[in-house]
Amino acid sequence: MRIGYIAANTFREAVRDRVLYNLIVFAFLMIGASLVLGQITIGVERELLVNLGLAAIAFFGVLIAIFIGIGLVSKEIDKRTVYTVLTRPVQRWQFILGKYFGLVGTLAVNTFFMGCGLFLALLYMTHKFERADIYVLIAIFFVFLQMVIVTSFTMLFSSFSTPIESAVMAFCFFVIGSFSTDLHSLSASAKGIVKVFATIAAYVVPNISALNVSTAVAHGEAVAGATVALNLGYALLYSGAMVAAAALIFQRRNMK
Amino acid sequence: MSTARPTVTLTLAVGILFSCALILLHNIDARRGSAIIRESLYISSPAALKRMSLGYNGLLADIYWTRAVQYFGSHHARSAEEYDLLYPLLDITTQLDPKLIVAYRFGATFLAERPPMGAGQPEKAVQLVRNGIQHNPDDWHLYYDLGFLQAWNLHDYVGASRTFANGAVLPHTNPVMGVLAASYATKGGDISTAMLLWQTTYQNNQNEMIRQNALQHIQSIQSDEAVTELEEVISRYEEQTGHAPESFLNLVYAGMLKGTPLDPTGQPYELLPGGKIQVQDPDSLPFITKGAPPGWKRKTVPLP
Repeated sequence: MRIGYIAANTFREAVRDRVLYNLIVFAFLMIGASLVLGQITIGVERELLVNLGLAAIAFFGVLIAIFIGIGLVSKEIDKRTVYTVLTRPVQRWQFILGKYFGLVGTLAVNTFFMGCGLFLALLYMTHKFERADIYVLIAIFFVFLQMVIVTSFTMLFSSFSTPIESAVMAFCFFVIGSFSTDLHSLSASAKGIVKVFATIAAYVVPNISALNVSTAVAHGEAVAGATVALNLGYALLYSGAMVAAAALIFQRRNMK
Repeated sequence: MSTARPTVTLTLAVGILFSCALILLHNIDARRGSAIIRESLYISSPAALKRMSLGYNGLLADIYWTRAVQYFGSHHARSAEEYDLLYPLLDITTQLDPKLIVAYRFGATFLAERPPMGAGQPEKAVQLVRNGIQHNPDDWHLYYDLGFLQAWNLHDYVGASRTFANGAVLPHTNPVMGVLAASYATKGGDISTAMLLWQTTYQNNQNEMIRQNALQHIQSIQSDEAVTELEEVISRYEEQTGHAPESFLNLVYAGMLKGTPLDPTGQPYELLPGGKIQVQDPDSLPFITKGAPPGWKRKTVPLP
């Protein structure tokens, strides 16, 4: 219940943030631009719209997750409002979890609206929905899972560092996570100490590339139900571990 | 009054400075010209581009494909003889997204046609489509395109027959693949097989540019056949009368023609002194090999 109140307050606070609306406007502009770009190419109008639309949702969603996520805890400490909350019967881990759910809720609403924008653009282009569009919906869900993970490690970084440092670390972590397939290939082919480091890195960084199916769905390729279940499970477990680590650090943090 | 003056001044400043910036930008664009496309190839490694895309290689492939289309379109519009960057652009596109069938199919057409209609690089077109088959072995369209290139551009009728036969056994194939395989195995490159090839292209393509190109080839083949037949009729007339006909009316009165013959676009043929046949508007039949006026050169057909 207490987590719910904190989450609801975090959601209200996040939707008042101007950064959020600026980024959403840019995402819609990019989706709209893909309709214009479709006019100067041949035969890939739908592919371009799906690819650019999903990339825009992911890119701006991740930016929102990072830029709002870095301030969730630090702002409360700077404004000293955290003391007001923590003097009530609220555990520190409940505070962290509430903040996390609040931002994830905000991102869910954003992704929903940006997804609607993409589907409206698809409808405008093709004048009908087709079976392959279900897979675009799954791809949007995977983008949301990426944001769930990004929010979790952004909160982890922000629990022990400044907002700027957290933003840089979170962005680097996201980029390295996008190369996770390469890290797995490196760990398979390397030897000795390099193999050990590559293997550790491949499993520690989030596997963002597994959650990117945009190229396949742009071609109308199906996404297997097992893939959806496994990706959902992975995202929940990984982000759960990150949020638990953030709560652990925050629990031990000296607030005086 | 005191606040209005700075507002007006600043508004004017915004307008003037922005207008000047636009004028400068216009000049900059004019200086850069076609160099804009060249710059894009400073990164020519598909592997590096793939990594830089952070997993959105499909999006990057779409962008490179659009650049290839724009590159081809701009060169085609000014009847260029050289298309140096076309194959590298297509290669990058298809390596970024090996399932982008449209890039293999249109790309091969752009590469194979002789200048100024295309790049005149049929070997590279074959290489591109072979790469496409390697990544999409169940798509009969690619076998059709490869067989087409082998037959029409390289005159390798045995290879074409084998490719059509390979495509004929695929699931969801087009029955014409078997017909083409048999035709090329028995008849090689005769006109009826060539006609079947272009008719299949015309019927199986949704794109207006490809269909228009196929239609012009079909009409040009029909015109070549008609010119051959008319010249045979004229030879027979000369044998019977001892002189060349002065007009088509002579042939009509002799019962050899029913009326003034028309080319496939509906224009009447011209009968020149000496009994030669000539088409009135060779630009509407750009692929003819017979009946073109002396000195006529094929022009670029504008893209639809």
